[in-house]
Amino acid sequence: MGFFKKLAEGIKKTKDTIAKKLFYAFSARELDDEFYESLEEALLAGDVGVTASESVVEELKERAFREKIKSPENAKSVLKEILIEDIEYEVEEYDYPLVILLSGVNGVGKTTAIGKLAHMFREQGKSVVIAAADTFRAAASEQLEVWGERAGVRVIRHNEGADPAAVVYDAVSSAKARGTDVVLVDTAGRLHNKKNLMEELKKICRVVDRELPNADFRKYLVLDATTGQNGVAQAEIFSEAIDLDGIVLTKLDGTAKGGVVIAISVELELPVLYVGVGEKLDDLIPFDAKDFVEALI
Amino acid sequence: MSVFESLSDRMNHIFSKLRNKGKLTELEIKQAMREIRVALLEADVNFGVVKDFVAAVSEKALGEDILKSLTPAQQIVKIVNDELVALMGSKHQKLAVSDRPPTVYMMCGLQGAGKTTMCGKLALYLRKQGKKVLLVAADVYRPAAIQQLGIVGKKVNTEVFEMGQISPVKIAKEGIAYALKNGFDTVIIDTAGRLHIDEALMKELVDVKAAVSPAEILLVVDSMTGQDAVTVADTFNKTLDVTGVIMTKLDGDTRGGAALSIKAVTGKPIKFSGTGEKPEDLEPFHPDRMASRILGMGDVLTLIEKAEQAFSKEQAENLQKKLKERSFTLEDYLEQLDSVKKMGGIGDMMKMLPGMAGKVKAEDIDEDKLMRAKVIIQSMTPKERRNPDIIKGSRRKRIAQGSGTSIQEVNQLLKQFEMTRDMMARMQKGGMKGLRGMRGMKGLF
Repeated sequence: MGFFKKLAEGIKKTKDTIAKKLFYAFSARELDDEFYESLEEALLAGDVGVTASESVVEELKERAFREKIKSPENAKSVLKEILIEDIEYEVEEYDYPLVILLSGVNGVGKTTAIGKLAHMFREQGKSVVIAAADTFRAAASEQLEVWGERAGVRVIRHNEGADPAAVVYDAVSSAKARGTDVVLVDTAGRLHNKKNLMEELKKICRVVDRELPNADFRKYLVLDATTGQNGVAQAEIFSEAIDLDGIVLTKLDGTAKGGVVIAISVELELPVLYVGVGEKLDDLIPFDAKDFVEALI
Repeated sequence: MSVFESLSDRMNHIFSKLRNKGKLTELEIKQAMREIRVALLEADVNFGVVKDFVAAVSEKALGEDILKSLTPAQQIVKIVNDELVALMGSKHQKLAVSDRPPTVYMMCGLQGAGKTTMCGKLALYLRKQGKKVLLVAADVYRPAAIQQLGIVGKKVNTEVFEMGQISPVKIAKEGIAYALKNGFDTVIIDTAGRLHIDEALMKELVDVKAAVSPAEILLVVDSMTGQDAVTVADTFNKTLDVTGVIMTKLDGDTRGGAALSIKAVTGKPIKFSGTGEKPEDLEPFHPDRMASRILGMGDVLTLIEKAEQAFSKEQAENLQKKLKERSFTLEDYLEQLDSVKKMGGIGDMMKMLPGMAGKVKAEDIDEDKLMRAKVIIQSMTPKERRNPDIIKGSRRKRIAQGSGTSIQEVNQLLKQFEMTRDMMARMQKGGMKGLRGMRGMKGLF
């Protein structure tokens, strides 16, 4: 099943979504204040946030004026264009050896996303090793081992409470020795306002930079699609610490549609790379801006 | 507990602008209402709830008496406070206890909300109240979830009942039979995270509920959840008729808007909040106190309760005596530093003081300094600790070397110690008034 279909199904499951509110907004007769107000409300209800919602609505107003658009139906396609423009990025293709590090706050689905990424690279015929650098949460490594087994991938782990940077060092060394294509690094969930934990994350990155200086090193933030405006703060602070390359949006199979990524895009210019749409191994798919907006509206 | 910190910053800002104006025009009040709306929306309060809230406040704030009043800002703060309390409910609601043991608490929620961690916290909390608690592992779906609960249980010294990955209904039933046989009076059932729209899995929860008739069904909600929080809470509530809500991860810089919306939408009270990664980081939720924190008015009651937990009665009496006799030493100070840590650190404490919320920023406070202070004191001889006056040049140098710090830092600590001693003596005399002297402490950390 394609991205769009999966998303659209998710939306259908719910009764009170942004899509329904937007539908209501666009059923207006003309583009009056009331229309723009209900449009803004729909965006707010979709976690797009005050700043981004206002900027989107302002741009729509301006273009409607400039291009003499009168009907809500035409305004709808302009809105889609605006949103797609906001969240579409050119992303550089991967080089190998490749290191992907997943960071994020607690409970967003980092470990699950690692398992799915491992599966994805295996399907592409790449060799993969996973570094179980979440040595904090109880049974995190065991959870990762189950995923590793499902994907047929080696998992490098230490005991609970071990130094995460040491786990990463071992995984990277092993990848170097065996010529492994992809190293996936799972990290412990951390709230972005905890200074020490952010330092630990920097240390992990330094280990990778030092041991595999020629590798293509991508650092992603895993974001729960139900997250609200706090997601913007998460992206900002993780970016400050480890200079993020993008976002993996998880749990997009609920009722929330991940509107916060529009806010993050508008405010921080971070692309979404992958979305998680279910609990099975192949339920992580590359992000497509057009499909995402189609499914949203 | 930076809970609501940024929301409270925003509110403070809005109100201080109003205060500077004296009499208010209708336009100014309307402007303030718009700003309150944005502040709440950015805190992820549900937009429908925001709409009603702002409408209710506006109606009262635009009344005749406020426009004519000489202290309109004060009155508006009061209106907002009253409406916030109305939104969240007023008093803390305790957990229900069954007439016939065991009392069963069933946890439920989305994936990643923090149910398993919360099970451990709740077990510890109840054990401290003298309950004999059994944890039941009924999350049979997430890989290693049962192991995780096992480890969590070990950390809080609580037995975990598990039967591997069989039907959760059966596990729950057997768990309760086991509790009855072995004299447990309280059972906490951990269930798998699930989407509220997953009908099959929601049905499973209904079956578990029917099988065990829990005293409480507690919905665990991540405080970082956005607008969807109310949909989730509403669906869980409609399916299971939950009895209460627990907010997790309130120690992030989340503005916790979900906490404001959920009660309003479901009518179910928030009973606890999780505020950190340690098992003891669980707080009973007091809506009235939370409202006053949001408005930057502090939360002295919670501060006092935390102090009571961190100090034993003897410790407190001992301290009082020492302060009276002016025999408070660095050894006592070390004990104090440990207690401050137990209470969640200086930053958390400061924020609960009236008028401090907007003024203390997380980055101003260096909690590491507490650790360094500890190390410095530990590098002193017992004689020096009891008699700090003898610590002169060469001793300072030795202490600095021994603790891996600098002489400046040792000096600073000694100065800090003196100030603390004076301040505590003042608190002894002046009660709450003396507490305000603590504002001077901000510069020290």
